[in-house]
Amino acid sequence: MRSYLLKGVSLLGQPAQDLVVRDGVIAEGGKADETIDAEGLVALPGLVDLHTHLREPGREDAETVETGSRAAALGGYTAVFAMANTSPVADTAGVVEQVWRLGREAGLVDVQPIGAVTVGLAGKQLAELGAMATSAANVRIFSDDGNCVADPRLMRRALEYVKAFDGIIAQHAEEPRLTEGAQMHEGEVSTRLGRTGWPAVAEEAIIARDVLLAEHVGSRLHVCHVSTAGSVEVLRQAKARGVRVTAEVTPHHLLLTDELAASYDPVYKVNPPLRTAADVQALRQALIDGVIDIVATDHAPHAVQDKECEWAYARPGMVGLETALPVVLSVLGEQWKLIAERMSRTPARIAGLSGHGTDLSAGSPASLTLVDPSARRVVDPSGLASLSRNTPYAGTTLPGRIVATFLRGEPTVLDGKAVK
Amino acid sequence: MIKHLRSAADLDAETATLILDTAGEMAALAGREVKKLPTLRGRTVVNLFYEDSTRTRISFEAAAKRLSADVINFSAKGSSVSKGESLKDTALTLQAMGADAVVIRHPASGAPHRLASWVDGSVINAGDGTHEHPTQALLDAYTMRSRLGKIDGLKVAIVGDVLHSRVARSNVLLLTTLGAEITLVGPPTLIPVDIAAALSPQTKVSYDLDSVLPDMDVVMMLRVQTERMQDSYFPSAREYSRRYGLDAPRMRRLPEHAIVMHPGPMNRGMEIAPEVADSSRSTIVEQVANGVSARMAVLYLLLGGKA
Repeated sequence: MRSYLLKGVSLLGQPAQDLVVRDGVIAEGGKADETIDAEGLVALPGLVDLHTHLREPGREDAETVETGSRAAALGGYTAVFAMANTSPVADTAGVVEQVWRLGREAGLVDVQPIGAVTVGLAGKQLAELGAMATSAANVRIFSDDGNCVADPRLMRRALEYVKAFDGIIAQHAEEPRLTEGAQMHEGEVSTRLGRTGWPAVAEEAIIARDVLLAEHVGSRLHVCHVSTAGSVEVLRQAKARGVRVTAEVTPHHLLLTDELAASYDPVYKVNPPLRTAADVQALRQALIDGVIDIVATDHAPHAVQDKECEWAYARPGMVGLETALPVVLSVLGEQWKLIAERMSRTPARIAGLSGHGTDLSAGSPASLTLVDPSARRVVDPSGLASLSRNTPYAGTTLPGRIVATFLRGEPTVLDGKAVK
Repeated sequence: MIKHLRSAADLDAETATLILDTAGEMAALAGREVKKLPTLRGRTVVNLFYEDSTRTRISFEAAAKRLSADVINFSAKGSSVSKGESLKDTALTLQAMGADAVVIRHPASGAPHRLASWVDGSVINAGDGTHEHPTQALLDAYTMRSRLGKIDGLKVAIVGDVLHSRVARSNVLLLTTLGAEITLVGPPTLIPVDIAAALSPQTKVSYDLDSVLPDMDVVMMLRVQTERMQDSYFPSAREYSRRYGLDAPRMRRLPEHAIVMHPGPMNRGMEIAPEVADSSRSTIVEQVANGVSARMAVLYLLLGGKA
């Protein structure tokens, strides 16, 4: 294994120093095989994404574990959690082990499968959660993401059952009866466009119910892609009461609003939908306050034909792994400690993932990323490593460039390019 | 002149007035023995209909033919569309055939906007989902102007299922641009709370039809689909009809000069009573005739004719 000297690097914005990566860990110092001029670069613990769609098995035309892993590494990630809504659904030990093994073969990030809560994501019957937990994939996060576990009794059982192996249920909060036929945020813009709205209350009502259920059974709950100011208030109150709830927000919900839907371009169609400027402000503040614990991408690649059509027929979702850190930088500014907390440490802690989100001190695993905060980049969809092109940021200038990423001492990205 | 007519918001007052004036000239033609103008000879107009709408398609077809255009009717049924061809591929096909204008009726909001990004010709929205139907608004405005002599300052009530009505959206936008005052009337379940903010801030909303009628110059009744009942937008067709239907006693609350409009097709006995629909105040049949004139004007002006 080659060793690297990161010369003049800043740890989380601190004064420049030298850092040596040797034998998979951060070394005390000494010589290295290769020197990287890291003057002006900031080192962050490798980012951890609790919400990624890698599409394999089933939609390898949109993304594979390998291409998604490469996109993740280029975005500064060293671990991603792959959502279960593949085809077949990741609701058995067999499927989660397949995804886990594909991740190991790609070797660019740690791919941790998320297991489905219910068989086939159908919301009727619990999947074999214990079998997935004890499989080689060692699943701890379970989610029907894409669908809400809407049945309150089933949700209660799921929350209770996973306590046996310290699992956590990640809920896609969407009351399905309130969002039938929904195409975008319910508000002024949907009224003008004559599109069926996705009301904020459909998310807030489920979160309110679920924090009460989690409180009742004393379980951990994680809320996926929080998108409304009202949800933030529900979470704030639940946390103040001591409910064991954590929550994520996506980069796009921190930056974009439902006005973009008036372009009719389905690249802006996503679930939950883009909300109003007031929601964006509330989400930013909640991320700073810690009411929202982490940023997660909800990276959702889609093939061209699934977006190059009428809005109503387009699939919801946006790619996000390669733009997440630049978007967060543009929103939060260079608050490196906060960014490390929200994009690496806390997600690793929620998932119980060891070896990620650690301090970059001697002896720690060398899973880290180097960012050039002074660089500006115009997002070019054709330049993405993801197989899909559905980025909402095409033509947008974003701050920050990922220069290098290391996974346990091995470079996965050098000079802004994937190593393999 | 604008290139496409995708939304009534594409029209400023000057352009809309030019279209209405041109429609007047086209209407004069309808009284002549030979109803045809040679203006669009050699031009191709495609009617691309993803929804059944015989009356709108026939209206556009008659309009294009009276201007001597070649008309191709492309219906979703029995065509490659029902075999799963995408809108983009259909657009590229029409483009390759040299369509000068595509008239599109589609169930999805914004389909005409998407189409306009894939073809070089003009795109005319003939109804996109529950979004807009701008030529309906033009023919309605034309009807009001010919009956009442003006649009500026008219008080217009639009009554019924505003939530799902493309006719209402386009009418609010166009009539406001032309200076009318709009009141939207219906049960709260069918009037979005932010409709005024969404379309035009001066729009008023009322849930009480009886109190609104005495002030109105125009009452436009919208078609209410009985399927809405299953979705609990209102409890029953009878209750809807009692609270929001225009019957003869309600019609008598209107000022003498006021007119009653309906875009059709009507549910007689539901939103409008037969004696109202057939009364002298009703402009429903005129609206159909004016539809051809208004669509002729749109095709004529969009395809480069001079007024």
